[in-house]
Amino acid sequence: MTSSFLLAVKKLSVDFGGLHALNDVYLELNAQEVVGIIGPNGAGKTTLFNVLCGLVKPSAGELILNGKSHKWPRTDQLVDFGIARTLQGVGLFADLTVLENVMVGAKKFSHSGFISAAFGWNVSDERKLQERAMLALERVYATGLAHRRADTLSYPDTKRVAIARALVSEPKILMLDEPAGGLGAEDIAWMNSLIHNLKLQCSVLLVEHHMDVVMSVCDRLYVLNFGEIISSGVAETVRRDPAVIAAYLGVSAT
Amino acid sequence: MFQLLNTILIGITSGAIYSLMAIALVLVWRSTRVVNFAQAGQALLSTYIGFEVIQRFDSYWIALIVAIVAGAAVGALIDVLFMRFLFSRNTQGPIAGVAPIIATLGLLGLIRGGIGIFLGNTEASIRPPVSNVGFTISGHTLAFSPLKFLIVGAVIFLMLALSLIFQRTNIGLALRASAYAPEIARLAGVRVDGIRTLGWALAGAAGAAAGMLQTPNGDGGLSPDSLDFSLLLVFGFIAAVIGGLESLIGAVVGGLLLGLVLAFVLTYVSGSLVFIIAFMVLILVLLLRPSGLIGAKRGRRA
Repeated sequence: MTSSFLLAVKKLSVDFGGLHALNDVYLELNAQEVVGIIGPNGAGKTTLFNVLCGLVKPSAGELILNGKSHKWPRTDQLVDFGIARTLQGVGLFADLTVLENVMVGAKKFSHSGFISAAFGWNVSDERKLQERAMLALERVYATGLAHRRADTLSYPDTKRVAIARALVSEPKILMLDEPAGGLGAEDIAWMNSLIHNLKLQCSVLLVEHHMDVVMSVCDRLYVLNFGEIISSGVAETVRRDPAVIAAYLGVSAT
Repeated sequence: MFQLLNTILIGITSGAIYSLMAIALVLVWRSTRVVNFAQAGQALLSTYIGFEVIQRFDSYWIALIVAIVAGAAVGALIDVLFMRFLFSRNTQGPIAGVAPIIATLGLLGLIRGGIGIFLGNTEASIRPPVSNVGFTISGHTLAFSPLKFLIVGAVIFLMLALSLIFQRTNIGLALRASAYAPEIARLAGVRVDGIRTLGWALAGAAGAAAGMLQTPNGDGGLSPDSLDFSLLLVFGFIAAVIGGLESLIGAVVGGLLLGLVLAFVLTYVSGSLVFIIAFMVLILVLLLRPSGLIGAKRGRRA
């Protein structure tokens, strides 16, 4: 039954020294679907993301990728499995240019080894990576920023570049950690339409606090509270779930 | 007038060698946050390997290349066999940050002791591959010989090669990204462990080149407890710190500055003050510009 999902997580538990950060969590993601993970602060949303990215080791649980049971990936293998993630804190390399930042994400398309790199035989390879990076920047309307140093960008621009760096690896699954966090209304509207468009090429898993964004872009939602999934399903249904209203929406719904 | 010119030439030559050692230390610091005291031992071992090659093939040039490759291999091995292990065992607490650095001190002793056991009785020396007699201009002998020309040329070549790798290649990009934020680099698909090993290898190569160039420039003698290599480490370290410890350009600037200052002290003050002045330069720079002359203004992620 689970074989039709692009990604599925079953019975996932994470303990931090006796504290249950996640308990019996499940998750399913279909191709070309936007799925949101919501919940109050400290509910375990980021922990769930971190497990998927190999940054946190689970104490129990199964990962299914493309219908096959899979080991939890090592962080540096994620892009090879077609998964890319942005970070809550954006996390650009401040002393690299925007173009270079995006090119780091394109490394899986690089075929030249160290020797050829050292002797400058990889010029065409290098150029291809630059082209890929420029295309990714184009998709977030940031080509004009390509040669700026990352630490000179405005906050909304860093978010665009971070998404470009994730997109450049051509992921099947894009994990966005609070893409709208800290953005003003105009940028949020832009981010909304970007996520809508992304759906044509990949699936999106997102953690987000802005309920407007969540309700407008997500096909389905999972609601975490105290490390457990208290509700899941189509966005509109979840929004009316009394358990959810009590735990979360009731407090912060606008 | 000629004395001034000669002082500057001496300063540039020795400064170039300090720069190479400083680059070696910066490369390891950037890739693993370790101050690598074993670098002196690695350079010594690589130079001994170079000496052995000279014995067999009677060619300094082959020996130089073999020593550089061997230096890279030794550096990579130290990372794979010792450092990875230490890092994976020590992740938290006050020891975690210090243990690898202390371990490099232990490695330094281990390498020197090992050389002493196996090669201690060998009379080892490396003769200059080209003349070390200074060029003469209208009767005056310059403190700049074909050998010193070779040294400065080799250092410039290696620096250009390194900066090309860093600025123009994917590997260089991965090196810079991993140095800045390893976890983020991993998320972007960079094999950070391999990149770190590469940093150690490049450092080992630079240190080996420093050893192979410095030895014939001095009295040529090699010994397991060589003072020359200890000085190389100390001056290289001071040069690296002057340059901010993060930047390759800083390492070069620091090395040349230190070389020049020490040459002036040697010529115009006293040879016995060289060591003290070197540390005074270090203290002065740390007091006036704590992040080094080419120090990073940005904050680094913890």
